[in-house]
Amino acid sequence: MDLSLVPLYAVLVSLIAVVPIMLSSAKPNLREFWTILAALIKFGLVLTLLPGALEGKSVELHLIDLAPGLPLALKADPFGVFFAVIASGLWIFTSFYSIGYVRGAGEHKQTRYFASFAVCLSATIGIAFSANLLTFILFYEMLTVATYPLVIHNEKKDGIEAGRKYLAFTLTAGLLLVAASALVYHYTGTIDFTPGGVFTGVELPHTAMLVVFILFLAAVGVKAGIMPIHGWLPAAMAAPTPVSALLHAVAVVKSGVFAVTRVVGYVFGVDVMGDYGLNDILIVLAGATIILASLIAFAQDNLKQRLAYSTVGHLSYIVLGVALLTPFGMQGGIMHIAAHATLKITLFFCAGAIYVNLKRKNISNLNGIAKVMPWTMGAFTIGSLGLAGIPPINGFFSKWTLALGSLEGDMVIPVIILVVSGLLNVGYFFPIVYRAYFKPGEGLEGYGEASPLMVVPIMVTATLSVLFGLFPNLFFGMYDLAVEISLSLFNTASP
Amino acid sequence: MIESHLPAYIALTFVLFSVLIPALGLWKRNLSQPLAVIGSGIAAVFSLYGFVTYLNGSPIRYFFGGWEAPIGIEFVYDGLSGFFVLVINAVAFFVMIHSGETSRREFPGKEMPYYALAMLMMLGFNGMILTGDLFNLYVFLEIASLSGYALIAIGEKPAPYAAFRYLIIGTAGGTLYLLGVGFLYTITGTLNIIDMTAMLPMLAESNAAVAALILMIVGIGVKAALFPMHGWLPDSYTYAASSSTALIAPIGTKVAAYILFRVILWLFGIELTDAVAPISYIVGVLACLGILYGSIMAIAQNEMKRMLAYSSVSQIGYIIMGLSLANPWGFAGAMLHVLNHAIMKACLFMIAGQLRLKEGHSDISRFNDSYRTKYPWTMASFSVAAISMIGLPPLAGFFSKWYLALGTIDNSNWLFLAVILISSLLNAVYFFRVLEKVYMMDPYKGQTEPKEGAYNESKASMLIPTSILAVSLIVIGFANAIIVGILLDIFPM
Repeated sequence: MDLSLVPLYAVLVSLIAVVPIMLSSAKPNLREFWTILAALIKFGLVLTLLPGALEGKSVELHLIDLAPGLPLALKADPFGVFFAVIASGLWIFTSFYSIGYVRGAGEHKQTRYFASFAVCLSATIGIAFSANLLTFILFYEMLTVATYPLVIHNEKKDGIEAGRKYLAFTLTAGLLLVAASALVYHYTGTIDFTPGGVFTGVELPHTAMLVVFILFLAAVGVKAGIMPIHGWLPAAMAAPTPVSALLHAVAVVKSGVFAVTRVVGYVFGVDVMGDYGLNDILIVLAGATIILASLIAFAQDNLKQRLAYSTVGHLSYIVLGVALLTPFGMQGGIMHIAAHATLKITLFFCAGAIYVNLKRKNISNLNGIAKVMPWTMGAFTIGSLGLAGIPPINGFFSKWTLALGSLEGDMVIPVIILVVSGLLNVGYFFPIVYRAYFKPGEGLEGYGEASPLMVVPIMVTATLSVLFGLFPNLFFGMYDLAVEISLSLFNTASP
Repeated sequence: MIESHLPAYIALTFVLFSVLIPALGLWKRNLSQPLAVIGSGIAAVFSLYGFVTYLNGSPIRYFFGGWEAPIGIEFVYDGLSGFFVLVINAVAFFVMIHSGETSRREFPGKEMPYYALAMLMMLGFNGMILTGDLFNLYVFLEIASLSGYALIAIGEKPAPYAAFRYLIIGTAGGTLYLLGVGFLYTITGTLNIIDMTAMLPMLAESNAAVAALILMIVGIGVKAALFPMHGWLPDSYTYAASSSTALIAPIGTKVAAYILFRVILWLFGIELTDAVAPISYIVGVLACLGILYGSIMAIAQNEMKRMLAYSSVSQIGYIIMGLSLANPWGFAGAMLHVLNHAIMKACLFMIAGQLRLKEGHSDISRFNDSYRTKYPWTMASFSVAAISMIGLPPLAGFFSKWYLALGTIDNSNWLFLAVILISSLLNAVYFFRVLEKVYMMDPYKGQTEPKEGAYNESKASMLIPTSILAVSLIVIGFANAIIVGILLDIFPM
């Protein structure tokens, strides 16, 4: 089977789905059918790329020239496929969940919601498969624009202000990315993502390299939620919960950390990062973000806000792992992309189910709800355990690998940060679980679980979290893939 | 052979139609607009044909009456003039199609003079671009300017005042240009651009040449609305009738920019321009100030046409900044932006005209979310043009900024790079403000229910041109590599 066009189809399928989604706006069931269909096809297409990726092969596709000598090029390399599998796979569950959520909550402008969602997924897969920085910029900005209608969805003051904040952060980031990419093009004559980086053989003054790196860091750090440029993420919680779940826990923010990894491993390269001491900046920022975000999470009474700060912290686990510049660190970071995705989407799904069902947003109101929503709270407990890094849920293994990675690099402080952060995670998640199970609740009579459209996806993602914790290679060989990606970055860098 | 006469045909088409329209328009007033559409259409086809011919062959030098320079006047159809002519005539064609409805409604009974003047102005613009003679350029400049003043004076109550102000400032600018030409004539003894180009290297450091260059830049800077000589522009564009603004705004300042290209990069060449003082850098700094000033002022405006007018001040800055960089990427970025901005601004001003027809105003604060259902296609076009103005890929506007950014980096000009980036953000502020108003409820006014309006789109004669221009922004975005390839070949060094 010829795979060369599959990356293009995988990007386009949800973009094309926008047309039938818009046209069937009067028939909600038909409209949602298109979303589900697009999600299934997209996931199927991505899966066909998986066997090749496991063997370390890439599928490359050059479309037209975007600028003289700079093609619009897609390349499904192992890392791209890894990210695409996660994003497109979770989109299927989110789609079902979304249907339950928007109908349960009686949201307005549902067509716009589903259409924007589909565009977001095209952009995410485009980001995963971008072969060079210009293509990447195209999809990165597309993601920004497509997420905007979802952030402002409620069209109330908080939504609109969140939207403005979101645009201010992400558009600035996009411009810095343009500047950084133009500088790379100027200095190296190429903007292709290359394992080992494009700066080999290019001698640059330290300050020039530092400036380029800081531009990149600010550009991709926004979506990766690195402090102090994370501010849009908690604000964006004004969006409907499925948006927070898939986009602000998986697609958008993971595009950010994905981009950090691309920049570190494929633009600068591990050697250059180390030689110029650029990774130190990243380690310090990521370490500080992990601790600070966890502490701030304590202070949040709004459940989604607490989850948002938790996301900020966990994104920096990935950044930290990448910044360690050791094979295990890289591998742990990449694995945490997958681990955090299933765990955090579960938690957000739970938060959304609680909101739609009980109309409760604040943690202080969650007393005793486990009695009426046992499945949901069971899943929530699994997610909390996983993020705290307790075996056998899948957050444990990535954290373990991260710790190995920092010891491999003779660094102890990152290990301490990981341990402390694990405790803090327990500290801010378990009071929620405790309230739900052990405190007497009020006003819960007559309530039961949310609609099956929401509960089933919750159970599926929770089960996935456990299964991937027990058998990291189950289904898709994600563990092997992470190892493969990590080694490819180091083998090329030091021939 | 048609090819060898093309430069003359383009100009003569407008001469012919500027006479035909009054002649037939007096008999049947309704004929004026179709004639203008035909006239600008023919000119656009000639321009396209000419540009394709140029790409396959070589520049055309056309001597009127067979009299060669320095006795006669020549038209030069090379890459630069061919590109500009193609852009302005193509955009004018779409504006002429669109203008029928707005002119019938905004100044009933005056269509005939409007279209006759429009053809005359286009004659002036085309002549300015095509002529190979500096004095002849001044003549065409005055033709374009005088008809432009008249066109601007057709409009709202303050329009004649705005036009008069433009007339005073514009005439001063024209005079300064003429003075510069005079200086050059005294030292070179010729007015022909090609001849003068050959002679100037020997005279570049003479005071007269430097003075001439500065006078010409300042004089044409007025016409190009180069900061701080832009004062005439906001009022003129705001108060002129919608169809006048839609015609003048996208192309008027571009033609002036063309003269700056011709003078700085061709006639003098960048080495001679900067031989005595860093003139190109100063021009670039002025452009940067204009970019920032225009963007900030645009944010402060409540009236859509006025906002777009200030935005024009800012966008012309991009073009002139790219010119001042005087390297291939900067040039390609500036030229691509000539095309992009002409399309975007034509589209946006045409949409402002449509809104004025439908709603009777274009005050952004009074926009509401019923526009979303009332004018879905107009607003879709607006969104595309706005996002292109902000400069997000894959729309055309992104790529001009990308090349300009490459140009600033090649010159290690970090200041200009920062200005490009900051201004994109400012663009986002004033365009997303409108998009928010149109697509969302306004919670700040206590709105909690979306406003729905019955479908009430503009006529096809207006929708089709705006939609075509909006779609062309997407097409240019994806095809820009081809265009830029051509533009890089045009660059003179």
